[in-house]
Amino acid sequence: MSAPHSETHVDSVGTYVKVLLALMFCTVLTTWVAYIDLGAFSTVIALSIASVKMLLVAMFFMHVRHSSKLTKLVVVGALMWLGILLVLTMTDFVTRNM
Amino acid sequence: MDTAVAQERENYLNASHGLKSWLLTKDHKRIGLLYLFTITLFFFIGGAFATLIRIELLSPQGNMVSSETYNKLFTMHAVAMIFFFMIPSIPAVLGNFFLPIMIGARDLAFPKLNLLSWYLLVIGGAFSLFAMIAGGVDTGWTFYTPYSTTYSNSWVIATALGIFIAGFSSILTGLNFIVTVHRMRAPGMTWFRMPLFVWANYATSLIQVLGTPVLAVTIVLLFVERVFQLGIFDPARGGDPVLFQHLFWFYSHPAVYIMVLPGMGVISEIISTFSRKTVFGYAFIAFSSVAIAVLGFLVWGHHMFVSGQSLYASMVFSFLSYFVAIPSAIKVFNWTATLYKGSISYQTPMLYAFGFIGLFTIGGLTGLFLAALGMDIHVTDTYFVVAHFHYIMVGGTMMAYLGGMHFWWPKMTGRMYPEGWAKLSSLVIFLGFNLTFFPQFILGYLGMPRRYHLYPAEFQVLNVMSTAGASILAVGYAMPMIYFIWSLKYGKVAPMNPWGATGLEWRTASPPPVHNFEQTPIVTHEAYDYTSVPAEEIEVV
Amino acid sequence: MSNHAHSESLELRVQFDTAEQQRDASTLGMWLFLVTEVMFFGGMFAAYTVYRNLYPEVFAICSSSLNAVLGAVNTCVLLLSSFTMVMAVRAGQLGQQKAIIWFLILTLLFGGIFLGVKAVEWKEKFDEHHIPGQAAFHLEGLQQADQGHAQLFFSLYFAMTGLHALHMVIGAGILLGLILHAKQGRYSASYYTPVDVAGLYWHFVDVIWIFLFPLLYLIDRHLGK
Ligand code: HEM
Ligand SMILES: [Cu+2]
Repeated sequence: MSAPHSETHVDSVGTYVKVLLALMFCTVLTTWVAYIDLGAFSTVIALSIASVKMLLVAMFFMHVRHSSKLTKLVVVGALMWLGILLVLTMTDFVTRNM
Repeated sequence: MDTAVAQERENYLNASHGLKSWLLTKDHKRIGLLYLFTITLFFFIGGAFATLIRIELLSPQGNMVSSETYNKLFTMHAVAMIFFFMIPSIPAVLGNFFLPIMIGARDLAFPKLNLLSWYLLVIGGAFSLFAMIAGGVDTGWTFYTPYSTTYSNSWVIATALGIFIAGFSSILTGLNFIVTVHRMRAPGMTWFRMPLFVWANYATSLIQVLGTPVLAVTIVLLFVERVFQLGIFDPARGGDPVLFQHLFWFYSHPAVYIMVLPGMGVISEIISTFSRKTVFGYAFIAFSSVAIAVLGFLVWGHHMFVSGQSLYASMVFSFLSYFVAIPSAIKVFNWTATLYKGSISYQTPMLYAFGFIGLFTIGGLTGLFLAALGMDIHVTDTYFVVAHFHYIMVGGTMMAYLGGMHFWWPKMTGRMYPEGWAKLSSLVIFLGFNLTFFPQFILGYLGMPRRYHLYPAEFQVLNVMSTAGASILAVGYAMPMIYFIWSLKYGKVAPMNPWGATGLEWRTASPPPVHNFEQTPIVTHEAYDYTSVPAEEIEVV
Repeated sequence: MSNHAHSESLELRVQFDTAEQQRDASTLGMWLFLVTEVMFFGGMFAAYTVYRNLYPEVFAICSSSLNAVLGAVNTCVLLLSSFTMVMAVRAGQLGQQKAIIWFLILTLLFGGIFLGVKAVEWKEKFDEHHIPGQAAFHLEGLQQADQGHAQLFFSLYFAMTGLHALHMVIGAGILLGLILHAKQGRYSASYYTPVDVAGLYWHFVDVIWIFLFPLLYLIDRHLGK
């Protein structure tokens, strides 16, 4: 009665190693960039790099790449709801003194 | 004794015996009943506080309890009623019991988690009960900072922890339902064949999963501020108490839909069954549930018009609030259209459904008044608001809950309730409800603020009316309590399908066997297809 | 299958029809749980966004008082633990029972190092009087009027890193359980759902840190000194 995992994808060790190295590279990069004066872009760059790292972890380590549409929808939904919370809360705070 | 023969068939109630078989059960039906006992207890506790509030308000001088005690009374009334009764009510009792059966599953996807959810509610309830007995809590159910973090000397932490724990009960129930609906449907049970009660609970679960964690973290932040002096909301350190309100209402506005959406699901079942017609606009009603769940997350700032929130944000939230009215109205119109040319029978569940439609409409429309900035500034924090949400929660959800309890009681227990008494009680409840809460609209419009026990003498007549109505309401609620219990022993034995309804729950025995069906049903019909019900299975009583 | 065909681990719980349905349900359940976690942390991210926006200069100075290099090293340790975790899942897919155990142990080890470094950093905060709510709170380089805002930063710092650390501790407990079960040979190529699902949780906790690190340590650091 062993039900084989029909759509199990086994990624190669090489893939995971590459992802790990990319993640570490991003970490070094974001730390190094933090010491440079980029003005308002400091935040943008830091968050962009973090988002890339998140994507790498989600896609490869969490197998979202191989996952069902439903799983992808769940991920996108979570990020959207976080967005609702942040954006609507901020509409108040950024327009307080207008 | 005379019914011993009928009782011999094995069902979920008699399959095992003893307290342990209940406290360790993984059967969703038994867990539903455990919830039923628990929330009924909290309904009585909340009701006791309400009684004291109404007695106090008989006279304008506020001479029964002190102001501090009065603060505690309305806080504990709301905490018990909202977090430990209304929110778990329909999903955790009726949803737990019927959602798996209605989609043809043997159980929820995670039965142990389901049992854990019940224990969490009990533990959370115990914390809150402890707080109530030890001296009470006086912050209002909204726990606004900085009063709750800095000044209140009451049992804030115990109560908040209780709500935090109960919140996880709600989250895990929602999670369980979503997975169940996605993964456990019987063969042929496509999404658009699911009963609308299932759709409504699915949408509710989405809110529970997406919203409740924010309440939880808000409580954590309140906790660390009160206990460890971290200062997230502390104005003395530049913190902003309005941020607390944002986080709180991010959950608590959607929470009002946690309370009302499952009720809407019940109403769809009842309306269809007792007009013997397929629901008009099935897909519209199904999608409107999901639309309400989503839109409900975009409007929370309408609770904060006078909080110091920016005017621009208030305008955005006011504008967005009107969109919620659309899916709500779609439901009401479709239910009405379902009735058109139906063969309507006025059984008790149907009476409750009528009550729901009328009262929910009044409650929802007054919500639109409140969402209009100018109007709200006149009536915010008055009895108008109190009347608004009681029309929805007591007039709407409570009616739906009772309607659902009557509708499914034969299935849950295998016994019929006494129809005459039930009809009478539904009328008493309807009258008592309106006498209690309609005067509050007027009081609020005239300017009586909520949360005070002293009031100008000219408001006394309306307040006495309200208290009189509350007494009638109490009688109305007592009646089903008595005849439900009575029916367990003396009620007529219920047939498989006493209403001639279409759902899968009516295609299995009353009460159902342990795994719901003798064999997994295969679904070949749309929901509410009355031609699909084999005539020999209907025994209308 | 291997000779270790353990019937109890393949056992199909009664509510399910097939093993695949059972596995899909567990995975979906875990993903939904992670959604609740996103929203749970989300409340704190919202608070952070509000206050960083209100007091950008003070927050920059506070950020610079943290040790970014230590933070970066710790981030790498955590990433490494995610790597070993996914390797454990891979070993599960391939039914390599020994490898599952070893990769889980490595994951636990890296998680432990992360928490150790975190503890050192917190200790420093105590020594430097950067603990909000204490009368002795003082952040060098800030005027008295701004000390309250600095307290907000450190309130968020402790709340967020504390909650994250709590998740790590829970994760470590889960890993321990998995290791014990793996030693009993419970997992095989046809049944390793617990490893898979725990992996999702572990990676999620990693992702939270991926954001906490720049938000708390890095943004506007160049302004600080
Ligand atoms: C559908 C179910 C609903 C329920 C259960 C519900 C419940 C509540 C509750 C409990 C409050 C009082 C909160 C408090 O201050 O303690 C409230 C206030 C309010 N409701 Fe509703 N509501 C519902 C629908 C609506 C709708 C459809 C709208 C408008 C689109 C609305 C608009 C408002 C507004 C603006 C307030 C704030 C009034 C004020 O404090 O000035 N509600 N509602
Ligand atoms: Cu609202």
